[in-house]
Amino acid sequence: MNKVMSNKFIIALYVFPALFLIMLLIYIPIALTGYYGLMKWDGIGEMTFIGLENYRRLITDGMFWTSVYHSFLLAVFSALSLVGYLVISLILAGKIKGANLLRKIYLIPMLLSSVAIAQLWLKIYHPTNGVLNSFLMSIGVDNPPAWLSDPKIVLFAIFIPIIWQYAGFYILIYYAALKNIPDSIIEAAKIDGATPFQIGYKIKLPLISNIIKITVVLAIVGSLKYFDLIYVMTGGGPNGASEVMASYMYKQAFGSYNFGYGSAIGFFLLLIILIVTWLIRKLTVSDEEIQY
Amino acid sequence: MFKKKAITLFSIFTMFLLVLAACSGSNESNGDNGSSTDNGSSAGSDDEQVTVDFMHLWPSGSAEQHNMIVGDIISDFESQNPNVKVETEVLSVEQYRERLQILASSNNLPDVGMTWAAGALEPFARGNQFAVIDDMLDVEFSETFIPGTVEAFSYNEQTYALPLELNIAPIYYNTEIFAEHGLDVPETFEEFKNVVQTLADNGVTPITVGNRDAWTGSLWYMYLADRIGGPDTLTNAINRTGTFEDPALIQAAEELQNLVEMNAFIRGFNGLSNDEAKGPFMNNQAAMYLMGSWELPNFTTNETVPQEFRDAIDFFKFPMVEGGQGDINSFVGGPGVGLFVAENSDVKDEAKAFLKFFVEEWGKRSVEDAGVIPATMVDTSTLDLPEMYIDVLDELNNASNITLYADVQMSSSVAQVHLNMIQALFGEQVTPEEFAERHEEALSSED
Repeated sequence: MNKVMSNKFIIALYVFPALFLIMLLIYIPIALTGYYGLMKWDGIGEMTFIGLENYRRLITDGMFWTSVYHSFLLAVFSALSLVGYLVISLILAGKIKGANLLRKIYLIPMLLSSVAIAQLWLKIYHPTNGVLNSFLMSIGVDNPPAWLSDPKIVLFAIFIPIIWQYAGFYILIYYAALKNIPDSIIEAAKIDGATPFQIGYKIKLPLISNIIKITVVLAIVGSLKYFDLIYVMTGGGPNGASEVMASYMYKQAFGSYNFGYGSAIGFFLLLIILIVTWLIRKLTVSDEEIQY
Repeated sequence: MFKKKAITLFSIFTMFLLVLAACSGSNESNGDNGSSTDNGSSAGSDDEQVTVDFMHLWPSGSAEQHNMIVGDIISDFESQNPNVKVETEVLSVEQYRERLQILASSNNLPDVGMTWAAGALEPFARGNQFAVIDDMLDVEFSETFIPGTVEAFSYNEQTYALPLELNIAPIYYNTEIFAEHGLDVPETFEEFKNVVQTLADNGVTPITVGNRDAWTGSLWYMYLADRIGGPDTLTNAINRTGTFEDPALIQAAEELQNLVEMNAFIRGFNGLSNDEAKGPFMNNQAAMYLMGSWELPNFTTNETVPQEFRDAIDFFKFPMVEGGQGDINSFVGGPGVGLFVAENSDVKDEAKAFLKFFVEEWGKRSVEDAGVIPATMVDTSTLDLPEMYIDVLDELNNASNITLYADVQMSSSVAQVHLNMIQALFGEQVTPEEFAERHEEALSSED
């Protein structure tokens, strides 16, 4: 085995298929997007090179910055929701009755496709026949809001299914990480007289801090590039009230036939995500490797 | 233990393979069925088999009758031309629109497909994606089209597609709800507002509109603009001989917001798609619905809709506004979809033959079988049509003007602004003046 692995040619041969696919499907499209971003192009006809004109327009485009604001708002909410998931996982991992069943229930939204979730929540939010408003009216609210058409509410109304959608995923990750902590450490803490709260806060959390960092990055990056539910449920409307970066990019490229401008937005989105990821990693750099 | 797991894994893997095989296999067996019916016919040249790819937007679920006619026309075409096989790909409207653009950007359009008119057609024509088909339009063939419909599919005086439908948008209303509240069909906008007020006061939704697809709200704005400013004001504003700051257009926006204030429109209209908004009308929960005549089958022939409901539906023309320049016989509407042939199709001749066959057959069958008003001349005397249908056809023949949908007249990026602004106007996020201003900005920054 060692002999095989020391052969450079063999290594290259083994790496090649994956490298080829990743280049073909990821890096080349990214480069092309950057290239199209410098063009004036309707996606169909001829391209004309306009340099950084698209980016100049981007900086002065109020609609775009609104969508950036919405994306970051979603990122903040997703990051905050991680705290909730963590608490749930701590409880689930604490050997309570029915933990197994609950864990599966939380995971179910993960198994549904985004479009199905969107349809489900469209029914819940329906202004007259929806589950939510029917309930509100039955307990005596005269004028329940029209969740998806009120520009002040729509964004938050959409955040709820997005956060709900990913709950199972993060709970599963935290649960697995918590289960990985050896019992002996917990036992030792108990013998030393630690309360359950202290065990959770002072022992379990630091031990899974690496996992927490990863989920923070995942949640924030995932939110910044989020698209599906918003596209299906509101299409970014009404009048851009629920527009996020990705849906705005899509609208420009495929709705307005501004393929060049859409590409510029896409490339900008990539830059923002890279910077944010780098910042998070920088801010949460750990001093020591944890070993059990 | 390990062996048991291996067996489980292996069987799951085999299952996936079987599913994959079954999926791809079903396509093949369909093809076999198709070609076996071909054997029955004899005519046509028998050189090598060619395949014409055809993409359309009438899935059997949402446009059952359309879909059936398409299927019939294709099988007739195939039996007359045994060497040609037509492969279809069906998508619903929104997906279709996107797919068309993606395919065009990679030079991969289907041989024959559907397109919208004017502004929606322009990028494809400019980008040489659609073939110029003027050579198909000999005098005899071009005379079968209703004047003006083919022109909507031309760019730089060349024809790029042939129209299939022609629609106008009346206001459909539920006669039972009207009778229940002692209401008559309004002829002036004042009367119309009274109708709305009465219905709203009695807890009935007066009008349903799915303004998440903002073109539905745009119809309302267009009619008000037409009735107040006359047939040309809006069109001129779009083609830059006029302006959106025209007092008539601003007044139209104001009147629209007055309607919103009166709770004329269904709750949460900005969050509802057109299909969602149609529901309350179909369930007798909303009294009025402004929509294109493509909805007629649902109110006449569609067997899946309850008979009592179909009997209760009638239509009226958008009422006159007092002191306005408009004419009650002026409609918003225009040709719906048309058929194009792709410029880089390998089988252009067959594709053109199919297109011509399709347009002709569609004209013959669509009225009676699907309740579609084709863009070709219809001889109503020989057809047995529901009464409402004949009425609409009469209105169409008597129309003093048909204004093409605003978002189709505009280029795609201006249309996007227009649709956003329509949502904002309905949602009272902008004033009529801002509404005009934003249109002016978008239109003037265009070229």
